[in-house]
Amino acid sequence: MNTLVEALGLSHTVELLSLSPPGWGGNLLRGLAHSLEIAIGAYAFGLIIGLFGAYGKLNGGPVVRDLLGVYTTVVRAVPELVLILILYFVGTDLLNRVVTGFGYERVEISGVAAGIWVLGIVQGAYATEVLRGAILAVPVGQIEAARAYGMSPLLTMRRVTIPAMMSFAIPGLANLWLIATKDTALLAIVGFHELTLETKQAASSTRAYFTFFLAAGGLYLCVTLLSGVVFKRVERWARKGQRSLREAGS
Amino acid sequence: MQSEDDNTPDRATGADEAIRVEDLHKSFASLEVLKGVSLTARKGDVVAIIGGSGSGKSTFLRCVNFLEYPTAGRIFVAGEEIRMKPGGAPADRRQIERIRTRLGMVFQSFNLWSHRTLLENVIEVPVHVLGIPKADAIKRAETLLARVGLSEKASTYPAFLSGGQQQRAAIARALAIDPAVMLFDEPTSALDPELVGEVLSVIRDLAREGRTMLLVTHEMKFAREVASHVIYLHNGAIEEQGPPEVVFGAPNSERLKQFLKTVA
Repeated sequence: MNTLVEALGLSHTVELLSLSPPGWGGNLLRGLAHSLEIAIGAYAFGLIIGLFGAYGKLNGGPVVRDLLGVYTTVVRAVPELVLILILYFVGTDLLNRVVTGFGYERVEISGVAAGIWVLGIVQGAYATEVLRGAILAVPVGQIEAARAYGMSPLLTMRRVTIPAMMSFAIPGLANLWLIATKDTALLAIVGFHELTLETKQAASSTRAYFTFFLAAGGLYLCVTLLSGVVFKRVERWARKGQRSLREAGS
Repeated sequence: MQSEDDNTPDRATGADEAIRVEDLHKSFASLEVLKGVSLTARKGDVVAIIGGSGSGKSTFLRCVNFLEYPTAGRIFVAGEEIRMKPGGAPADRRQIERIRTRLGMVFQSFNLWSHRTLLENVIEVPVHVLGIPKADAIKRAETLLARVGLSEKASTYPAFLSGGQQQRAAIARALAIDPAVMLFDEPTSALDPELVGEVLSVIRDLAREGRTMLLVTHEMKFAREVASHVIYLHNGAIEEQGPPEVVFGAPNSERLKQFLKTVA
């Protein structure tokens, strides 16, 4: 192994990427962990917003629908990078004004909390549309049957609408998850130590740009591949009870 | 959660009355679809509702369990009146939800829950709405599926079954709540002709064992055979009603004569 690494002239690279200092591998993995933490948090937050948003858009009154329309339109129209800057600085500023208004000390907002909040709002707008479309795709008769058998609106949502819409929502939600993992990189701009910023620091301190960005790319790729496996399983579960095209064609 | 009905049927309405509808009106915007339809079914009655397309027969059935909100009128299920707001919406969500669990609806297009197996479809309402222990519900569901001839299909999803099988499963789902009244909304209209018979024979058995049913149907021969009372609706009003021998055998109204000629 060692001889092979030396023969390829990679011993310097291995040293740079080793997990303990002076190698930077540990920093990269820490960055990845932070990225995933934010991606998972933002994704979950976004799904909750999306679920309420979709229900609000479908069943809400005119005011609710208009407000949600403004939310999804604005968030999806403005570039994520701009949104992140706005939400991050405006959000922390507003929070601090409220806090100082009540006579407390200014608070330092943790990068993770801010990241989840900012990306969650972005994700929520897309999730609202994905879930709205999925709910609309559920055959009306199945929801009607739930009503006809005395299910309350909440029980109908839990037992019929959500499970029945899952198969329609999963492909869109899988996309959203991958976007969430990559959007964490945008948080580098507000100084959050996720994978991209860690990579940039490692690269500029060692001048080994190619090595580190290639390594970071590899890590992002691993996340995507793993996610693909997970979502494939989830989709198979969500599609239970449905005939596949292949079966129908035979 | 189902408490035994708190309102015992009062004497005045008759203790064996299963359902009573008084002067039911329904309008969609300016279009009046039902113009005062009344009906009473005692326990064990099979009331067949016939009529041309647009006569309001399906709307009438859907108003009975408030899938559509009637515009005016009164509905009593097992002696208990469904409380309505002036506009026709149910006044008490809990009451209408409880009463709906006494009404087993069978739809034209089956409407089984596609993400659940037949067994899961049948136990869904008993377990999650009525709060019956799952083991008991499964036992009962297996009996019901056997009754409609679907024992081997208990763990199959609806999409893999024929229309006739799905409709029989939907009937099992309705029976699982042991309804006071079964509501059939054109149960065979979406079926291929060769599958109609298997569904009708299940309904026929239910009629024989004394299930109370409101049956909206296009199957005139079947209606004549199983119904104890037939109602002919025309343009949202009852044009003629009576025992099947009279309605089918010796109709009075010109319109009904014409209608029976066209569907025969």
